[in-house]
Amino acid sequence: MAGEKNGEGKEAKEERKELIKLESGEAEQPFRWSAGTYGSRFLSELRDNCRFVGVRCPCCGRVYVPPRRVCGPCFRELTELVPVSDEGEVITFTVVSFGFVDPSTGRQKPVPYGYAVIKLDGADTYILHYLDETDPGKIKVGARVKAVFAEERSGSMLDVKHFALLRA
Amino acid sequence: MEPVAVVGVGMTRMERERRPDGYADLVYEAVCLALADAGMTIDQVDNVVTISNDFFDGRTISSMAVQDACGSYDKNISTVEGDGAFGAFYGLMRILSGSFGTTLVCAHHKGSESDMSLITNAMFDPVYERSLGIEAVTSAALQARAYMDRYGVSEEDCALVSVKNRANALRNPLAQLPLELTVEEVMSSPYLAEPLKVLDCCPVSDGAAALVLASAERARKAAGKPVWVRGVAHCCDAYHLGDRDLSDVRALQRAAAKAYSMAGIDDPAREIDVVELYDAFSYMELMWLEGLGFCGRGEAGRLTAGGATSLEGNTPVNASGGCLAGNPVLVAGLNRIIECALQVRGEAGEHQVEGVRTAVAQGINGPCGQSHCVWVLGGER
Ligand SMILES: [Zn+2]
Repeated sequence: MAGEKNGEGKEAKEERKELIKLESGEAEQPFRWSAGTYGSRFLSELRDNCRFVGVRCPCCGRVYVPPRRVCGPCFRELTELVPVSDEGEVITFTVVSFGFVDPSTGRQKPVPYGYAVIKLDGADTYILHYLDETDPGKIKVGARVKAVFAEERSGSMLDVKHFALLRA
Repeated sequence: MEPVAVVGVGMTRMERERRPDGYADLVYEAVCLALADAGMTIDQVDNVVTISNDFFDGRTISSMAVQDACGSYDKNISTVEGDGAFGAFYGLMRILSGSFGTTLVCAHHKGSESDMSLITNAMFDPVYERSLGIEAVTSAALQARAYMDRYGVSEEDCALVSVKNRANALRNPLAQLPLELTVEEVMSSPYLAEPLKVLDCCPVSDGAAALVLASAERARKAAGKPVWVRGVAHCCDAYHLGDRDLSDVRALQRAAAKAYSMAGIDDPAREIDVVELYDAFSYMELMWLEGLGFCGRGEAGRLTAGGATSLEGNTPVNASGGCLAGNPVLVAGLNRIIECALQVRGEAGEHQVEGVRTAVAQGINGPCGQSHCVWVLGGER
């Protein structure tokens, strides 16, 4: 019975113990990220011409997409911008089934959706993007894909709507 | 390397939500445990390294918010933004510099206070990647598929890791997710991002950890049995996922080779008695085991199925339950080192492995194990 009494006492104490949490609410931390000279060229080519641009390393010959200033392994400055294809192959993929609010749009993309690491023809590095297929059984590593561009383009990676699987 | 020892360790319980306490409270708890374990007072701490991430804490200079709780008042304090294994590395270097005889290293994480997907999305490039919704689970799924496709690893092979580690966690009173599971149960749990299912993934956790490192001279004055750092190294791969072969474990192989060479280890499978590695997702344990040299590439699934990494096996891996049983981010790597230290001391409790002389801990930083930090700990210098 003593135990019961102790239990009651504990409960009464816990009632008084209020735990407060503070919400950050709708507060935002806005940023304005510079895409840089090559990044701006890459994004404007997507927007204006539906084309992909990379940059070639004079030292190792690797073509980087998106283009950047420096080849990491060679530590050399890159200057030769080169066009690459809007077609390529799936390096790896997933089908995403959990909801996720995209911070750039504030909207949740409807699930499921296909997602892939893609090697564009003529590039040596890969980009990430959506796939138009949501059945993992129908996607293979090595599958051929082609970029499908959005009708309204603003100079971002979302100017590509997704990559479509090219079915033989 | 001049001898340096782990002389005190402390870990809080890992929980989904440690509702009553802020993260500084968790840090205070872990620091007090580590000091008591070392038989030291805060006055005997020469410098402090805190481990925190401003995004996770929702404030800038997040390290300063734990200044009182970690006892750094009037001391030299510095911060690592990254996994605890890397923070401990920095703490070790501060002793090796000759300026300090002891370092207190502490890490904290309250996953319950924020949105894991949003924050891990923010680790990706804001111009090219973030707007495509990539985050921790999605990127891990891409890596899992790359690894499984290249080496013919099955979802069942990965599921077995989850079964093993969650069962190990039943013996760890600090674990958040001790579970008796079957491979079938893991396989039938819903997909988050194919091939990863809910039960392949670590939980979101709250927790903190602390450890005290000491020079040989100062270790002599500590209360407990010192655990010596016999080898340690880290190595970093490319940041952009698109610049890496995600099935590759090159950075881990390089870090392990350096750490093993310092420790004089030629054959890890024979010479290492226990491993604690960063299994945030079940497939990671398989990849990291291969990178750590316990088997050839693509063979860790068979190694696991054969029981070599179970509690009774040749080299038990994640006897504590690993990150799958609780993953306070940043704290996780420190927990791996602490669990190894306890194993070497023979004080790991119910999940103690018999006769541990040499233990290996591994932590990762960056998406999909971009960089790896490998520690070899032992009872002798
Ligand atoms: Zn190059």
